[in-house]
Amino acid sequence: MEPSPNGTFELRRSQRKRVGMILAGVLFLATIFGIVVLVALLVDVILTAAPWLDAQFVRSFPSRTPGEAGVWSALMGTLWLMGLTALISVPLGVASAVYLEEYAQDGWFLRLIRVNIANLAGVPSVVYGILGLALFVRFVSLGSSLLAGALTLSLLILPIIIISTQEALRSVPSGVRESAYALGATRWQVIQSHVLPMAAPGIMTGVILALSRAIGETAPLILVGALTFVSFVPQGALDQFTALPIQIFNWAARPQDEFRALAAAAIVVLMMLLFTMNLTAILLRNYFEERRAGS
Amino acid sequence: MSTPPSPPPTTAENEATRDSRPAEDLRQQVYDSPKEQAIQYALGACALISVLTTLGIAAVLIIESLPFFQAVPLTEFFGETRWTPQFTEKYFGIWALLSGTLLVTVISAVVALPVGLASAIFVSEYAADWVRKLLKPGLELLAGVPTVVYGYFALTFVTPLLQTVVPGLGVYNALSAGVVVGIMIIPMVASLSEDALQAVPDSLARAAYALGATKYEAVVRVNVPAALGGIMASFILAVSRAIGETMIVTLAAGASPKTTLDPTAAIQTMTAFIVQVSKGDTPQGTIEYQSIFAVGLVLFLITLAMNIFANRITRRYKEKY
Repeated sequence: MEPSPNGTFELRRSQRKRVGMILAGVLFLATIFGIVVLVALLVDVILTAAPWLDAQFVRSFPSRTPGEAGVWSALMGTLWLMGLTALISVPLGVASAVYLEEYAQDGWFLRLIRVNIANLAGVPSVVYGILGLALFVRFVSLGSSLLAGALTLSLLILPIIIISTQEALRSVPSGVRESAYALGATRWQVIQSHVLPMAAPGIMTGVILALSRAIGETAPLILVGALTFVSFVPQGALDQFTALPIQIFNWAARPQDEFRALAAAAIVVLMMLLFTMNLTAILLRNYFEERRAGS
Repeated sequence: MSTPPSPPPTTAENEATRDSRPAEDLRQQVYDSPKEQAIQYALGACALISVLTTLGIAAVLIIESLPFFQAVPLTEFFGETRWTPQFTEKYFGIWALLSGTLLVTVISAVVALPVGLASAIFVSEYAADWVRKLLKPGLELLAGVPTVVYGYFALTFVTPLLQTVVPGLGVYNALSAGVVVGIMIIPMVASLSEDALQAVPDSLARAAYALGATKYEAVVRVNVPAALGGIMASFILAVSRAIGETMIVTLAAGASPKTTLDPTAAIQTMTAFIVQVSKGDTPQGTIEYQSIFAVGLVLFLITLAMNIFANRITRRYKEKY
């Protein structure tokens, strides 16, 4: 569209179109890049892990002999952490979100909390680990227990749960609230009998995704003092523990190929757990979206 | 943000102006009953926990690093280039760790920013609906991979791959860690930039078409510049995420703090140092143990500053349309 050197206007349409085609191709390749890497990662991990993956691997404790080693204690530790973290973070996160969406008036307090949550979501997980170490492990004297780990992970995913719950609450049509008010319901009655049940699928989707983030975390648990070699299954919230990411880290950091293969096998176990959770979240979302659209 | 629904007291207030007594009673006994008030305060207290978390992080980092800064003057902390807490002759120069972090972050930005932005442009401006429906879950899946898995991938796949291209590359190096951290943050750049691009009104691009622009010209000269604020914010957030990334660099970048800009060198980042110290049995009260809080404080301040900056930009540009 620029004037040509001799001063006359040239449309150069085919040339401009060609540049556009090339750009579109480059953009497409860049987009595919991430997917290709993901596939390479999965294939690499699964091929390395395949010879080691069996029931014995899942049901055994870690061992110095690669052939006898397994992830039972780590898997149980991860499930314990997930349960405890859910028990702590879900009520707190949902309550915070309900307050922010349904009660708080616009003002400095609401603004402070909103800015704060946005910034908390960007704090590195290792810093949460430092907080957990100083606060829960030492100050509250929980030691390197499951509870200390779960409390730390809860603080870590609280911003995620709050933000996704807020979105779920916002998607409840305000007409629902107004009709309930019109019938004389109090604010809490409106929330607990109408708003929360209607937002529940959205909240649950957010919670599952937040928990899947939590059980993939490694650094905070190392800071809290998760063990690397555990040959027992935790019996209570105050027991010491290990978790799948810690076990993966420990095996991957060893130079021997056998242990790295064990790390790959443990990754498959962790990824299958994460995949199941994500799939549940997606199916849940689709199911309720369809039902809402149909009604 | 939607405004909160009009609360019942408003209805009660209207009633109160007409005929005061019964409405007043109703309001006090039902809408503002002790139970309702208690619930409101309990929920508010939960919301306060997020503020307390921030204060807790700041307090822990400052209080616990005080003994460290009493032993190590700030002039050494910021003036020295060696970091050797494990040696008998101890030096505490943060630059050795900071340069490691910087190196990995720059490499990751070189990988992630162009690829992430390109993905965002493709998904938001070019992809057909069904392609988008395939690509977005793929990117989400990439974002959901735990960082320790990426660390394993860097160590056992990317490093050997790079060794075939870069001769003399060691087992631990900043390059491989940086590339994989970059891959990790691609989905973040892509999804935040895509949000920014989607927020640009269609009318702008249509105006460009009306003036005879091709698709490429409309995208590059209208859509992308219009979304620049949000795109910048996504870059800053992603880079801040790269700075705080821990497991990839712990596994793949090595544990040898040195002030260098050589991407093939084994280095140590701030985050990897924190993990290394807390993973070993370093006794409480030693200077080495205290140093993780000082390093954590630096890390927290850097990422906090970047996040505040990015959120500012996002908010400013959001109001534009």
